[in-house]
Amino acid sequence: MRNAHSSPPIVQAHGLWKRFGALTVLKGVDLEVAEKQLVFIIGPSGSGKSTLLRCLNRLETPDDGAITIDGINLLSPKTDINKARQRIGMVFQSFNLYPHMTARQNVTLALRKVLGRGKEEADIAARHALDRVGLGERMDHFPAQLSGGQQQRVAIARAIALEPRVMLFDEPTSALDPELVGGVLSVMRELRESGMTMVVVSHEMAFARAAADTVIFMADGEKLEEGPPAQIFEQPQHERTRSFIRQIDRH
Amino acid sequence: MTGFENFAFSFLNMKVMAQYLPQIAQGFVLTVWLAVLIVVAGLASGLALALVRSFGIRPLNWLIIFVVDLFRALPPLVIIVLLFFGLPAAGLGLSGFAATWLSLTLVLMAFSEEIFWAGLTSVHKGQWEASRSTGLTFTQTLRHVVVPQALRITIPPLTNRTIAITKGTALGSVVGVSEILGASQSAMSFSANPSPLMLGAIAYLVLFIPVVAFGRWVESRFAWKR
Ligand SMILES: Nc1ncnc2c1ncn2[C@@H]1O[C@H](COP(=O)(O)OP(=O)(O)O)[C@@H](O)[C@H]1O
Ligand SMILES: [Mg+2]
Repeated sequence: MRNAHSSPPIVQAHGLWKRFGALTVLKGVDLEVAEKQLVFIIGPSGSGKSTLLRCLNRLETPDDGAITIDGINLLSPKTDINKARQRIGMVFQSFNLYPHMTARQNVTLALRKVLGRGKEEADIAARHALDRVGLGERMDHFPAQLSGGQQQRVAIARAIALEPRVMLFDEPTSALDPELVGGVLSVMRELRESGMTMVVVSHEMAFARAAADTVIFMADGEKLEEGPPAQIFEQPQHERTRSFIRQIDRH
Repeated sequence: MTGFENFAFSFLNMKVMAQYLPQIAQGFVLTVWLAVLIVVAGLASGLALALVRSFGIRPLNWLIIFVVDLFRALPPLVIIVLLFFGLPAAGLGLSGFAATWLSLTLVLMAFSEEIFWAGLTSVHKGQWEASRSTGLTFTQTLRHVVVPQALRITIPPLTNRTIAITKGTALGSVVGVSEILGASQSAMSFSANPSPLMLGAIAYLVLFIPVVAFGRWVESRFAWKR
């Protein structure tokens, strides 16, 4: 395991509250992620995992709390959020590739429009990113011509091409047929080996056991338990954690 | 004369047709011009309104919705007559051509705004989020991600609506525009023979059959293929 205390955490979120109308979805959640660490978040559906992740790139704005990512105060009105988001990659459950663009164009769009790279330079970066997820040969395919697993890998390439400091994954394999899950997980594994800082919401417990530094169990908008995978999976402190893990393992 | 000869003399009178062909040809050209100007201005302003609406500025959106509903509710002929006979009273005289153009442009603007707007809102929220998460701005996302997808699904309904509204150019005859119908009608009163009307109908077919066929092609080409 890598040393979590050598440098200040890249992600520092403190006391995050989020309400949707009468529903309180986050109840003072803290989250710290050190450089090159993989934090894995589990918890029942509706416990606020996606909302927490979406606060970390301000797709949702928390009602209260503080978020600093790579030294940038994410919630300050003075922060250029578009600039900040270049450093925070996000991968969604439903891929969200642009259907009217090829794999290459999906990757180059932000390279060109956000980073201002020229066409050739962006194409080279796109090829590199797509090679990394094993899809260099499919550069000119449209999303509809790719399998779900391939689409999700293109989505990962789209995010990593911007060379983010942190990657957020919201159930990246939940929409995939079982036989396609492995390909996406191995790409994530490779990213983690290469030193990417990652926050992953997922039900892939085997992946968590193998790759996570920290596992967090969330329930009802709160962080109920946190620790290394071995501890959370083998000796959970809370009954709710225990029953949740039993339930998932049975699947 | 037999019944058919009677009909042929009245409606298919070659001599009368030949005589008034040039006039109706001019009407044909005028109709094409009028239609093109309506389509360009109507679709451009409809798209512009839908884009403005997507910024979600409340009072502005209420205004847009009011204008759109107004021009969708009023019969086009009423708008033409109002603009042609009403505006001079307000010190702003419009030619029949201008009144027809403006009226049908406003109607096309209203209908196409609704179609564009439906297209924009049909683009999945995940598309916005993916794009914004890579650092694109609202406007960049609209331009590069949302509008291209919206346009694709709006093409079939837009084509149909556009065809329907350009056929409304015939209403210009009411305010003295010598488009196809207007030219045919005046030829008919000069010649005291309805054959020019037949010629007019043929002119409409020559103009609109290719347009309708184009619409059919567009519809099959863009029908939810991604
Ligand atoms: N934009 C929203 N508006 C209203 N309710 C929302 C919104 N987003 C999430 N919620 C609600 O917040 C709760 C937590 O959602 P979410 O963060 O997606 O949970 P999880 O990802 O753990 O399943 C759910 O009850 C969900 O319905
Ligand atoms: Mg979720």
